[in-house]
Amino acid sequence: MSSSANLTNSPDDHGRFGMFGGRYAPETLTFALEQLTDEYAKAKKDREFQQELDSLFKNYVGRPSPVYHAQRLSQHCGGGQIWLKREDLNHTGAHKINNTLGQALLTRRMGKKRVIAETGAGQHGVATSTACARFGFECVVYMGAEDVRRQAPNVNSMKLLGATVCPVHSGSKTLRDATNEAFRDWMASVESTHYIIGSVVGPHPFPMMVRDFQSVIGNEAKGQCLEQFGRLPDKIVACVGGGSNAAGMFYPFIEDEVELFGVEAGGKGDGPGEHAAPLTYGKPGVLHGSMSYVMQDSDGQTENVHSISAGLDYPGIGPEHSFWKETRRVDYVTRTDLQALEGFHALTQNEGILPALESSHALAYAMELAKKSSPEEIILVCLSGRGDKDAAEIARLAEQYQQKS
Amino acid sequence: MSRIDDRFHELKAAGRKAFIPFLTAGDPDLDFTAQALKALDEEGATFCEIGIPYSDPIADGPVIQASYSRALDQKIKLDNIFAMTATIGQEIQAPLITMVSYAIIYKRGLKQYIQDAQKSGIDGAIVPDLPVEEAGPFSALCKEADFSLIQLITPTTPADRVEKILATTSGFLYYVSVTGITGERKTLPTDLADRVKRLQEKTTLPICVGFGIHQPEHVKTVSAVADGVIVGSAFVKRVATAKTDPTAALTDIREYTQRMVAGLSSK
Repeated sequence: MSSSANLTNSPDDHGRFGMFGGRYAPETLTFALEQLTDEYAKAKKDREFQQELDSLFKNYVGRPSPVYHAQRLSQHCGGGQIWLKREDLNHTGAHKINNTLGQALLTRRMGKKRVIAETGAGQHGVATSTACARFGFECVVYMGAEDVRRQAPNVNSMKLLGATVCPVHSGSKTLRDATNEAFRDWMASVESTHYIIGSVVGPHPFPMMVRDFQSVIGNEAKGQCLEQFGRLPDKIVACVGGGSNAAGMFYPFIEDEVELFGVEAGGKGDGPGEHAAPLTYGKPGVLHGSMSYVMQDSDGQTENVHSISAGLDYPGIGPEHSFWKETRRVDYVTRTDLQALEGFHALTQNEGILPALESSHALAYAMELAKKSSPEEIILVCLSGRGDKDAAEIARLAEQYQQKS
Repeated sequence: MSRIDDRFHELKAAGRKAFIPFLTAGDPDLDFTAQALKALDEEGATFCEIGIPYSDPIADGPVIQASYSRALDQKIKLDNIFAMTATIGQEIQAPLITMVSYAIIYKRGLKQYIQDAQKSGIDGAIVPDLPVEEAGPFSALCKEADFSLIQLITPTTPADRVEKILATTSGFLYYVSVTGITGERKTLPTDLADRVKRLQEKTTLPICVGFGIHQPEHVKTVSAVADGVIVGSAFVKRVATAKTDPTAALTDIREYTQRMVAGLSSK
C-alpha cells in the first residue's frame, strides 16, 4: 500500500485509490459516468484538447499564477520562509476556474449544452458560471440557503454571468445539500446535461479528473520553485474541504521528498457538529458516490458539520486524500475558525493580500510551521482563493466577537 | 428459494400480478408505520417496501426526501426500525423489503446488515446507490444468506450492462420507468411496454416497474406487461398528514390501495 508506484498510478480502472473511491452512484447515472470516463481518457491523449486548455489557462485565467515570497509575513512569524502560490490571482479569484474550464471543454466534446454545479463558498459557482458564459452553455448552480446568505457577493456575480442560482433549503442548507440537489437534477437531465463537480469528490471519474485539471497548480509551482530558489520546498501546506486545491498542489510532488500538510476546518471544537474535519475525526464510509472518510453517526447518517468558511463546510473529503492519509504520505491537521481568522488578518496586514477564509486555514498552519523552522526552510502555501467574498462576513463576525468579549 | 421467490411462484400460478407499496419507516413515527403496513397488507399489497430514512438520498425526489427528514427528525435509528419490523412481520402476509442506502449497510457491516434484517423479518434489499460494479461483495453475501438483492435497471442502462445486473439480482428486477428521481409523473413513457418485453426476453426473473406510478390507470397499463407495480411517492404523500390525523391518513391509504390493486391486470 505504501509503495510510491501506487501513489502516482491511482486510481485503478474502477476509480479506486486503495480501498477508497469507486462509484456508488445510482444506475441512472452510470451511463453518463462511463461516457465521461471515456471522453476524458480520449481528451487526455488529444493534443488539441490540451493546447486549447493551456491557451485558456494562459490567456483567460492569467496563468501561470506567481509564487510569491511573503517576506513580511515570514518576519512576523520569525523562522522559516513562507511562499505563496497565488491562485487568488486567477480570473474569478480562486483555483476553481482550472477545473471548470477543463470540464467545460469536455462538455462541448460530449455535445451537451446545459451545465449544473453545486457550490459552497460560491467560488466554484462563479467559476462554473464564468466557463458557461465563455462557452455559451446554460448554467444552473445549486447553493445551500445558508451559503446564499453568507456569500452574497458571489451569488450576484453568478446571476450577472447568466446562471440560475437555486437556493437549497433542505437539511443543513450548505454544500452537502447543494450537492444532493445537483445530483437529483442530473438524475433527470443526464442525457443532455453535464454536472461539473467542483472538487475531487463524487463517483469515478470525478476525483481523478478534477485532480488532473487542478494539477496545473503543483506542476507550475514545481518549476517556479526550481527557478526562484533552485530546489523544491521543504513543506507544502494547503487547506482541504473537498480537497481540490490540495490535490492539485500535492499530486505533482507526491513522489518528491517534500512534506505535505492538508489543513481541515477545526471549526469551534472537537465535538460532533463543531468542525468539518472528516480525516481527523471521521471514519471510512460512503457519501455522494464514493468511499472515503466521512462524518457519520453510528447508523451511517451524515452528521452536520461546521466551519467559518463555507468552502470547507463539508462532511466528506476526496477519496485520494483518504488514501494519502492511510499511506501516511500527507499529514492532515486542523485549524479552528479563530486561528483561520488570525491567519486572514496576518496576511492582510503584513502583505496587503486578502486571502479567502478557506486558504486562511492553510496560512494559519503554515505560520505555525514557520515559527518552528530555521530561516533556510521553505514553506509553500497554496493560497487557493482571494477573500473579497468573505470581507462582509468577517466584519459581521468581528462585531460578534467584540460583543462577546 | 426466498419468501419473495415463493410469492412470485404463487402469483404466477394464480395468474396475478404484484402490488408493492412503499413507506418510509418512522414517518411520522414507527407506530404509524406498523399500522400502515398492516393496512396495506390487509388491502392486498403483495410485498411492502420500507424506506430506511437516509440523510442524503440523491436518487429520491422531494416527497420521499422530506419524508426521510421527518423520520430522522424523530431520531429514529436502524435498530428501532428493525424492532418494529420484527413485530409487525409476524402479523402480516406480505414479505418486507428495505430500500436502503449503501452508506447505511456499509456502516452496519455488510454481513451484519443482512443478519439483522433477516432476524427482523425482512426478506430483501433495494440499494439504489450500489451499481453492479460495486455490488460484488454484498451480492455474494446476500446469495449465501438467501436474502434477495433487488437491482435496478433504468432507461439509460446500456444493453451490455443488463446481463451483468441480471446476474447479481435475486427476488425480482426493479425496472425504473423514467430517467430521473422518484416522484409522480403525469404520464409514463410510451415505450415502457417494449422495454419491459425486451428485458423479459433476457431473464426469467419477475420484473416490477416503479417511479412515477400513482394512478389506477398506470397500474393497469404497467401490470399488463410487467409482473408487478411499485408505488412510492403517492403513498408517502398520503402519510405526510398522518402526524395531525393518523386515522384519516390510514383510511386514505386503505382506499387508495383498494383503487390501485383493483387496477392490477390478471392473465
